[in-house]
Amino acid sequence: MSRTEEEVLDAIEKRRRRPHVKLMDKHITLAHGAGGRSSHTLIEMVFLKELGNPVLDGLGDAAVLQAPAGSRLAFTTDASVVKPRFFPGGDIGELAVNGTVNDLAMAGARPLWLTASFILEEGLDTDELIRVAQSMGAAARRAGVTVVAGDTKVVERGMADGLYITTAGVGVIDHDTNLSAASVRPGDRVIVSGSIGDHGMAIMVARGDLELETDLRSDTAPIHDLAAALLSATDEVRWLRDPTRGGVATVLAELALACELGVVLDEAALPIKDEVNGACEILGIDPLYVANEGKLVAIVGADGANSALAALRAHPLGADAAIVGEVRADPPGMVLLETAFGGSRVVDMLAGDPLPRIC
Amino acid sequence: MRFVDEYRSGEVARRLAEQIAGLVEPGRHYKLMEVCGGHTHAIYKHGVEDLLPDEIELVHGPGCPVCVIPMGRQDDAIAIAMDPEVIFTTFGDMLRVPASDGSLLDAKARGADVRMVYSPLDALRIARENPDREVVFFAIGFETTTPSTAVTLLRARDEGIENFSVFANHVTIIPAIRSILDSPDLRLQGFIGPGHVSTVIGNKPYEFICRDYGLPIVVSGFEPLDVLQGVYMIMKQLSEGRAEVENQYSRVVRPEGNPTALRAIAKTMELRTTFEWRGLGFIPQSALKLRAEFAQWDAEVRRRVPGIRVADPKACQCGEVLKGVIKPWQCKVFGTSCTPDRPIGTCMVSSEGACAAYYNYGRHAGRRTREAAVR
Repeated sequence: MSRTEEEVLDAIEKRRRRPHVKLMDKHITLAHGAGGRSSHTLIEMVFLKELGNPVLDGLGDAAVLQAPAGSRLAFTTDASVVKPRFFPGGDIGELAVNGTVNDLAMAGARPLWLTASFILEEGLDTDELIRVAQSMGAAARRAGVTVVAGDTKVVERGMADGLYITTAGVGVIDHDTNLSAASVRPGDRVIVSGSIGDHGMAIMVARGDLELETDLRSDTAPIHDLAAALLSATDEVRWLRDPTRGGVATVLAELALACELGVVLDEAALPIKDEVNGACEILGIDPLYVANEGKLVAIVGADGANSALAALRAHPLGADAAIVGEVRADPPGMVLLETAFGGSRVVDMLAGDPLPRIC
Repeated sequence: MRFVDEYRSGEVARRLAEQIAGLVEPGRHYKLMEVCGGHTHAIYKHGVEDLLPDEIELVHGPGCPVCVIPMGRQDDAIAIAMDPEVIFTTFGDMLRVPASDGSLLDAKARGADVRMVYSPLDALRIARENPDREVVFFAIGFETTTPSTAVTLLRARDEGIENFSVFANHVTIIPAIRSILDSPDLRLQGFIGPGHVSTVIGNKPYEFICRDYGLPIVVSGFEPLDVLQGVYMIMKQLSEGRAEVENQYSRVVRPEGNPTALRAIAKTMELRTTFEWRGLGFIPQSALKLRAEFAQWDAEVRRRVPGIRVADPKACQCGEVLKGVIKPWQCKVFGTSCTPDRPIGTCMVSSEGACAAYYNYGRHAGRRTREAAVR
């Protein structure tokens, strides 16, 4: 049966307007990053499906947002290149969302909007990308943020390792507390919100090079809510950091240098899981230097320390919070650890990088 | 953590420290050398010196395997690694050791295929998985790590793996101790003996220290209480006028050592006539090379190794640190041009190196000690 030219053209137009039902490609190809039809399908069928919201769905060149009047804004960015991309306790997508959410939270901000940029390696399994996008969607909903803009690039096979994600985020600061190293005073207490080193060791073990078997899971979680609980419990909070790469040791060493005060830690008070301690012993790694993705370190004035601790412990993500040390005038610019053994030692920033890509 | 915390008890440490203080003769100064870098690390990491009376000084010895490798051997390693057909495998600490022109990490950035392994058996696995590449393992260490290299060589032979070889830099502890005892710079009163080396070689090889030099040695473990108890046992011997080999680390070390490990070493390796140690110079019969039967797996036979002797950097005083003649902070470049981020000498690289341990952990205690000395 022959069709007229008119009929064929009509069929094409109909097909072009039909909503896509499925991304048919099994693997990411260079075409998915070329900005054409394949890119459009990928964006629609993966990113809009998992991360969509009225702002993102508009697919404009920029998101237009209404900032709350009079609020200060916090703005940050974070790249995720973790290997392996899926690990016990999380994956690269969840990490990409939580990383930026937590950076905003440490500025005392309520996270609102994220952007996400993807660099994909040609040949990446499409199903894997979908799982990552789903996980980002779930993490964004959990943290109460929306992804309002994004970008996708595909590079030739061998030019990237699977999948990299860069997120940027904006949050608003609704209170007047000024968090900075300059507010820290001798006598302030050092608080950590829970067990340290979980993420870094979970990744090390998940890489499989060590032939260790553990039940360790990454602690990746959004901690803006925990931080908000802390900030509303006391106005004595001076300074907040999330101890990611470089661990608790590194953020405190930076603090000591920045405020020219000493930080003295009590080794016996540090919350560390037995599995983390054990794996660290075997590998010769100090848990103080191992990354966390769902913890905060707070410096709180002595008068507010107990209410801060209680507020943290009342939150599911802060149940193991502990006061682990104190700020002192001496020695300036240095972190000391009083060992459980009865001695003391310096805790400095990490030299070099013995650890593989962990975030 | 069970089996670890018991050896770190502050309560027990305080009691032991009191007993040690009770053994000090007034007016006498005690210089005890911990031979092994593992001890140095534990001493600084746990602040063991804070518990000792001022009269007892711990001097750091030569037992850090990374520290004693001379620059020429590191240059050789990099020359092997730069060959495009080679996958060069090494323990992590060796990656950052400075050679004449950068470290293995720099070589990696320039394109060398350098991979960190935790065991020579990992290197052998890489060889199995990459039959079209040549895999070289950079073997370093005292008698502690030598058996695992030996076992790997035996396995390579049994499995007929032909694309694997070992660049052997294994050294032996006894000649190094003897060289330190013969050095006129030091006046030691006793040794904290290396625990893990002794699990392999046993206690007998140390007898010459007591017999010929009249000094006590106590083989000790690596937890801080082990070290403290080792100090106590040395002090007890000194107070009773004894000079014996004693074993604090009896939960691990057998008097006869580990005959199986020793046999594996003897099957695969033999003593070199001489070997250069960083800072200590050439020491006769102080290192091992592969036996002729294993030439096929010997990187020095199979590959072109420059083998050029390179003088240590002039400013570097690693030699004096390794002999315990100076403290890390007394080195001219310590902490200024030589830091863990940009090391000049090997002692600043390895976590077992005295300089790295002192820089990373001990800086504050050192300052207190020096201030006390000034007062």
